[in-house]
Amino acid sequence: MAETLVEVQHLRKEFAGTVAVADVSFTVQRGEIVGVLGANGAGKTTTIQILLGLIKPTSGNVTVFGKDLERHRIEILQRSNFSSAYTGLPSNLKVWENLLIFAMIYGVKGHREKTNELLEMFEIAHLRDKITGHLSSGESTRVNLCKSLLNDPELLMLDEPTASLDPDIADKVRKLLRRIQSERRITMVYTSHNMRDVEEVCDRVLFMHKGRIIAEGTPQQVKDRFNQKTLEDVFINVARGGDVMATGEEVAR
Amino acid sequence: MSLGHIRALVLRYTFLYTRSVPRVAEMFFWPVMDLLVWGFLSVYLQRLGHQVPATITFLLGSMIFWDILYRAQQAVTISFLEDIWARNLLNIFVSPIRVSEFIAATYVVGFVKILITVAILAGLALWFYHWNLFAMGLPLIPLFANLLLMGWAVGMITTALILRWGQSAEALAWGIPFLIQPVAAVFYPLSVLPGWLQVIARGIPATYVFEGMRQVLRGEGFPTHHLACAFGLNVLYLIGAGMFFNYMFGVAREKGLLAKLGTQ
Repeated sequence: MAETLVEVQHLRKEFAGTVAVADVSFTVQRGEIVGVLGANGAGKTTTIQILLGLIKPTSGNVTVFGKDLERHRIEILQRSNFSSAYTGLPSNLKVWENLLIFAMIYGVKGHREKTNELLEMFEIAHLRDKITGHLSSGESTRVNLCKSLLNDPELLMLDEPTASLDPDIADKVRKLLRRIQSERRITMVYTSHNMRDVEEVCDRVLFMHKGRIIAEGTPQQVKDRFNQKTLEDVFINVARGGDVMATGEEVAR
Repeated sequence: MSLGHIRALVLRYTFLYTRSVPRVAEMFFWPVMDLLVWGFLSVYLQRLGHQVPATITFLLGSMIFWDILYRAQQAVTISFLEDIWARNLLNIFVSPIRVSEFIAATYVVGFVKILITVAILAGLALWFYHWNLFAMGLPLIPLFANLLLMGWAVGMITTALILRWGQSAEALAWGIPFLIQPVAAVFYPLSVLPGWLQVIARGIPATYVFEGMRQVLRGEGFPTHHLACAFGLNVLYLIGAGMFFNYMFGVAREKGLLAKLGTQ
């Protein structure tokens, strides 16, 4: 039987009267990769940041590992991790130093071996002694991904993890994430504007629009529901508020 | 509170400082410049008029003590800004680090930085002006500790303001201590201030430290009263600063400011 790792019920977030997330409910099962999609302003980033404990919701409940996020935030964060193309690591520390610091923070045993294993996995072992600020954005993103896997997280949140990668490396990272998920049963919540990423990586997607989930299912189910060939077409039509969106809204949930 | 987390953060600052010449230079450059300017000015004043006894003693003591307060405040605030500048704040706040651990690490780093800076300044004062800071004896320790406590409290308040108003409030990191300086009787006795300003000054822990320092330098014994007042006020300031920081952290989470600060 599937184990629910994340449960979000009637989540709502307002910023000074502006509704960022209107009423969102969903669950994520252990071992799933769930993509949260939507145009800018759809509410996906706010939702993810609430799941990370960075933003306090106006109302609604979030439980992770069966525990209330507000009351068990630190405990939940110990078993989770996060990587974003938009965050960095202290630039004048060497790569191994940055990874060592986070390994210590997460209490990783055998951190040296763990760090080496991850650097090998992401094909950046040669960067171990490099100053982080001297890396290309693609290399930094991969170091960030190493950081996010240091503690063998049960839940991994990925915010546009392939945003600054060239197509070759992006493809490798996607395959690697899939492999990690199947080997270690890591649950992932994934946001991206790259629909190819989502189709290739995610088991299930949540399509958000104006603070609500308007479609939910496997990438194929969502495409079928909106009668489109690709998720990109679904995305464009939803973002532009065309006819497809109306169709989708009728059938989606 | 996890000592392992604090140790990890302190190690991070150690890596950061040992690799950066500007950061190390910043620890010494301004304090040494201040010491030279104030030191030679007091030598000059002493030569001008004999009615200004022990000018060097008072001014150098005040300058070094002021630096302790200033550096303690800076250590907390700049450490926080370092994470903003590196876009690392999100990585920190989505890790299992408690805010109290983050603050505690900045205290430890600040303490070590101040010890190094004060040692250098004391050495230079001895060399240039034949003035020995450590001749103050035992009172030096509680006076130092009280300045540290006040610096930490002011640092927490400054950081809370940056948390709330973002990088636009960055100037506060350097500016806020100088709001305190004229009122806290740093370079002159409390009695010099007008009556109404003395009332405000008596609400600032540092005022008692500087008054206490002058008492010791005049050879009038251990400044028990001044130290008690400074410590009592510092306890209140630290509790208040902690509550204010917690409140602002809550506001930042409410308004989604943590995420903005972490990626801007």
